[in-house]
Amino acid sequence: MKLVMERREISSPLLRFSAPIASIAVALFVAGFLLLASGVSPLAAYKEILIESLGSLYGLSETLVKTTPLIFAGLGVSLAFRMQIWNIGAEGQIYMGAMGATWVALFSGIQNHWVMMVAMFFAAFFCGGLWAGVAGILRARWQVNEVIVTLLMNYIAILWVDYLIYGPWKDPKGFNFPLTAQFGDAARFAEYFNTRFHSGFFLAVFCALILYLFIERTVWGYEIKVIGSNPKAARYAGMNTGMAIFFVLFLSGAIAGIAGFSEVAGLQHRLQHGISPGYGYTAIIIAWLAKRSAIGVVIVSFLMGVLLVGGDSLQLLWQLPVAFVYAFQGLILFFLLASDFFIIYRVKLVKGVING
Amino acid sequence: MVEILLDATVRAGTPILFATLGAIINERAGIINLGIEGLMLIGALAGFAGTYLTGSLLLGVLFAFAASFLAGSIHALITVQLRGNQIVSGLALTMFGVGITALFGKGMVGLTIVGFKRVAIPGLSQLPLIGRPFFNQDLLIYFSFLLVFVIWFFFYRTRWGLGVRSVGENPAAADTCGFSVSTYRFFAVTIGSGLVGIGGAYLSLASTPMWIENMTAGRGWIAVALVIFAGWSSPRAMLGAYLFGGITAMQLRFQAMGTTISAHVLQMLPYFFTILVLVISTQRIQKGASQQPEGLGLPYDREDRK
Repeated sequence: MKLVMERREISSPLLRFSAPIASIAVALFVAGFLLLASGVSPLAAYKEILIESLGSLYGLSETLVKTTPLIFAGLGVSLAFRMQIWNIGAEGQIYMGAMGATWVALFSGIQNHWVMMVAMFFAAFFCGGLWAGVAGILRARWQVNEVIVTLLMNYIAILWVDYLIYGPWKDPKGFNFPLTAQFGDAARFAEYFNTRFHSGFFLAVFCALILYLFIERTVWGYEIKVIGSNPKAARYAGMNTGMAIFFVLFLSGAIAGIAGFSEVAGLQHRLQHGISPGYGYTAIIIAWLAKRSAIGVVIVSFLMGVLLVGGDSLQLLWQLPVAFVYAFQGLILFFLLASDFFIIYRVKLVKGVING
Repeated sequence: MVEILLDATVRAGTPILFATLGAIINERAGIINLGIEGLMLIGALAGFAGTYLTGSLLLGVLFAFAASFLAGSIHALITVQLRGNQIVSGLALTMFGVGITALFGKGMVGLTIVGFKRVAIPGLSQLPLIGRPFFNQDLLIYFSFLLVFVIWFFFYRTRWGLGVRSVGENPAAADTCGFSVSTYRFFAVTIGSGLVGIGGAYLSLASTPMWIENMTAGRGWIAVALVIFAGWSSPRAMLGAYLFGGITAMQLRFQAMGTTISAHVLQMLPYFFTILVLVISTQRIQKGASQQPEGLGLPYDREDRK
């Protein structure tokens, strides 16, 4: 008897649909052992996650609050994925976007709410976009690996924001805490139902729709898909791949930057350390799980929002570190990758001896 | 003054050196490993826990190697046996490493151990200028010197080394010659990962003998970039790692001297220089001056052989 692997002629749609769900289930199972090892009952923990994140109006609002930045960042990362470009720098782009929006909110002197919103939006858009655009230029012009550049720029962005809030932008009335002053009312989103749920969510869903139309219904979107799947053919067809690489990374970073705008305008109302507790990294998983679909990003972001809210409550209840969520996300990705194998290949037991 | 700076350079560069060497072994076999940051953290925690529990630094280092070897085998299984996407699997490994060390390291925060001590090599340590920085160091640093040579020797003077290089350059040809692509790749990834773990352990056993959550602070990513700077060669990895050790040492020196430049801005320097170096060394690859393994990043399936 031996195991043989053979490629499937066609991968079944059922398998492709159920693989991500199965991966999450297996990851939950394995993470259960990690929970057990740290002295927490997995069933109690999972029940707690569901109740905290979905069991009440307040819980649901908190989940949507976390879903909001994840949608923006996930959209940004998945747009780059479309062209086989890896934007691992959404985290830094969120920080730069938040910085741009904060600059407008604190120092522009705009009084009108809508003018302020538009100005903050574009400041975040361009700061995030240019930050990613650096990697885009390096990649397009000199073939520099964008994975490493975008990632290293995360550290620089976070340190830069630290520099601002510990230095020039520190609130003079802030008792020396590393925070900027609070924004005025003109620079804040509307909040609903007496919760922290804010308009950023609607902006995020709107962005997802726009991006969906952009990819599926415009020539530019078509070019991105072609360059992603076959760069050589794209070049023969006369597409400017270098320009497209810069453009896609710029747009990818710009969308992630809007998450920064949404966080400062909707939630924090000031710039401070930890404005994003790793949303940019979670976005990579979201983009991969959503298989590059903009609508998929919204759905998966919500699932990750559930996980993050649940993770927070596990920290409160059992003092589990928040970073535990990362271990869980890593497991999901591992199993997702493994499941891809079984979508493409069929493993069979056949009679015979192993030869090679 | 120069001696002190050189000494700090070597000490700051060593964890990055181990990590870069480990990453080189991975990539020589054709597998990109972006899990270096996570593997370093796993090594740092396992090393610290091992030493704390057994009281032996040597066992701590072995624990670090073993734990990272095991974690690396997840990446190996997914990328080699299951032919999964190497970039995503590596990122998953980093996330997993960050998470699991935060979880299991919680009980280790605040504990202390006695770290590696300096051992002067008689004679050599008396040399002017380079004597103290290079030959009055701890055992792990001497081990890293040895490793640079051993890895070079392995790749260019042994049959197994040839095997690793050939499965990275042209797996189909290596397969035809009778090298088992999956075996070579699997062990290149796992053993390389183990060495990365020792780099992490250097942080928790020698640099600052304690466990701090996320104590690698991006060094793993610097190592990933240095592999390209090093042109996949172990002696050049040493040069690269010390270059970054030097920048870190100078930055700390500036801070200690009480400069008016913000500490946050100074801390950006290593990352900034890494990007700069990456741009320059990528040009060398474009000009053909550096040998990037041909099969890097590509999964191998015998059925695809032409």
